[in-house]
Amino acid sequence: MTMIFGIPLPALLGQLLIGFINGSFYALLSLGLAVIFGLLRVINFAHGAQYMLGAFTAYLILQYAGLGFWPTLILAPVIVGILSAVIERTMLSRLYDLDHLYGLLFTFGLALIIEGTFRYYFGAAGQPYPTPPLLDGGTNLGFMFLPNYRGFVVVASLAVCLATWLLIEKTRLGAYLRAATENPQLVQAFGVNVPLLLTLTYALGAGLAALAGVLAAPIYQVSPLMGTNIIIIVFAVVVIGGMGSILGAIISGYALGILEGLTKVFYPEASNIVVFVIMAIVLMVRPAGLFGKEA
Amino acid sequence: MASLGDTGTIRARNTGTEALAGKVSAQRRLGWIGIAVAVIALAGLIAVPFFVYPVFIMKVLCFALFAVAFNLLLGYVGLLSFGHAAFFGGAAYFTAHAAKVWGWEPLSAILLGAAGAGLMGLIIGALAIRRQGIYFAMVTLALSQMVFFIFLQAPFTHGEDGIQGVPRGHLLGFIDLGQPLNMYYFVLAVFVAGFFAVWRIVNSPFGHVLKAIRENENRAISLGYRVERYKLGAFVMSAAIAGLAGSTKALVFQIATLTDVAWQMSGEVVLMTLLGGMGTIFGPAVGAALVVTMQNYFATSDIPVTVIIGVIFILCVLLFRRGIVGEAIRLMKR
Repeated sequence: MTMIFGIPLPALLGQLLIGFINGSFYALLSLGLAVIFGLLRVINFAHGAQYMLGAFTAYLILQYAGLGFWPTLILAPVIVGILSAVIERTMLSRLYDLDHLYGLLFTFGLALIIEGTFRYYFGAAGQPYPTPPLLDGGTNLGFMFLPNYRGFVVVASLAVCLATWLLIEKTRLGAYLRAATENPQLVQAFGVNVPLLLTLTYALGAGLAALAGVLAAPIYQVSPLMGTNIIIIVFAVVVIGGMGSILGAIISGYALGILEGLTKVFYPEASNIVVFVIMAIVLMVRPAGLFGKEA
Repeated sequence: MASLGDTGTIRARNTGTEALAGKVSAQRRLGWIGIAVAVIALAGLIAVPFFVYPVFIMKVLCFALFAVAFNLLLGYVGLLSFGHAAFFGGAAYFTAHAAKVWGWEPLSAILLGAAGAGLMGLIIGALAIRRQGIYFAMVTLALSQMVFFIFLQAPFTHGEDGIQGVPRGHLLGFIDLGQPLNMYYFVLAVFVAGFFAVWRIVNSPFGHVLKAIRENENRAISLGYRVERYKLGAFVMSAAIAGLAGSTKALVFQIATLTDVAWQMSGEVVLMTLLGGMGTIFGPAVGAALVVTMQNYFATSDIPVTVIIGVIFILCVLLFRRGIVGEAIRLMKR
């Protein structure tokens, strides 16, 4: 059997792939955070709760409406997006003139309410969500057996990241978004409805989190705690990538997922903290993050 | 961008039109009210264990000290740390280990916890003060999460079980802290000492520089203050006093667990401070008392505690950002 640094090759490649799949979720979630932070300057602490909401919406739609994975993949992000837009409109938007920290505190409270409510009704245990029949089974890659669904997640995540990046960097709407980050008054004077833009951005970011939640449902169980567990890692990913940087969020999301996978092979005890260690190192060398601009 | 701890500027703006003399006398009056409140509160705290279950009041005192220490940073320097659980819970582990495994006397075990927390504060603070505002909050959060995993995995912490059955021991070798009243007055003494330390820091020249940094960091820099050192100094002191609170809690409940290091605890102390009134000396203690009371009350009811806490959080942020004591001071100044 081929060995690399004393590790059997299949084990190494297997962990690499798991890391890549985890990285897909990190990338999607940190992308949503970066989009919201970029324009609203709000650290969306409710992002984990919105991710969990996405997964639970998928679960509830299946339980009560009998709709399967594919329609839910569109429906759940839309539902969570609309819900988040209402919250932004009625409450969050009142905080923009204040210190940005109030946005963080508000969304933190929001996360507590959402997660507390779901925990109350569903308990802390996970609910199973079936893999869509179309993607059942797996493919033998020679070195390992890849469940088809996980392969789909990687492809879907890459596609969504690319699409979001294109939307923000290459379209007119994206240009408005970027301009509004720089100077909202001026953009408003040009006749762009900036408050609406802010609402849409928040809905988009929350929708991305919900999409990640639906994608996660068949892999991890649907549980009220699933957001709490992942969100802190995603925060660290965002700090490493440079807050507000779309590209930084995507690249560091995948990179750190892979790195975490590798750590599991070579030094399993450190796999929980490797992301935070990297963050500390990056902060010492480049306080603004790898892709961030010095504030 | 207005700083988070700008209740002070708001107040200054409100009173800006008044004559300076009136402002000074109003401030002096508030000072006297503050001392009167402190004396009454202390008298009440000395008497209260005869009427209320002492362990509950001890819990309140520990969290009140934690919030007061946290407010030193948020209220007086304008730095929102989202990682203070690392110091509170970390110190609890140090104290529990020293008291149980090494058989240390309680006071030295507590001081070891506070020192350990101060040291952690030095490391985390040195990294975090390189960034400002929300970035600072994120960095402290992530670094404290690293601390959480270290305590989860380190051999001496016993993972999910925590360090249980920590002996309260004999204070200075002869006062038996196993007696509830002895323990209570010891906790009260620790609380008063910590509270006084924060009060002293805030009202010292050092504290005035901290407030200057909160109001306008660039101006403080141009005045020649080495802002980073002041921030780091405040961070270490806040961490050490938060550690003092956590260490004491470990002896009160005779246990150190992951709950105290988890990031949700960092959020709770923010809520306590916000609810009571950040940047006020009594506010955080009042907020802590309210939150702990509510948690005890709702723990037996059907309504989930986190939802209640979340609702209060949102109401505080949306409706009364000055907090209870902050609003009271504003009313008195009218």
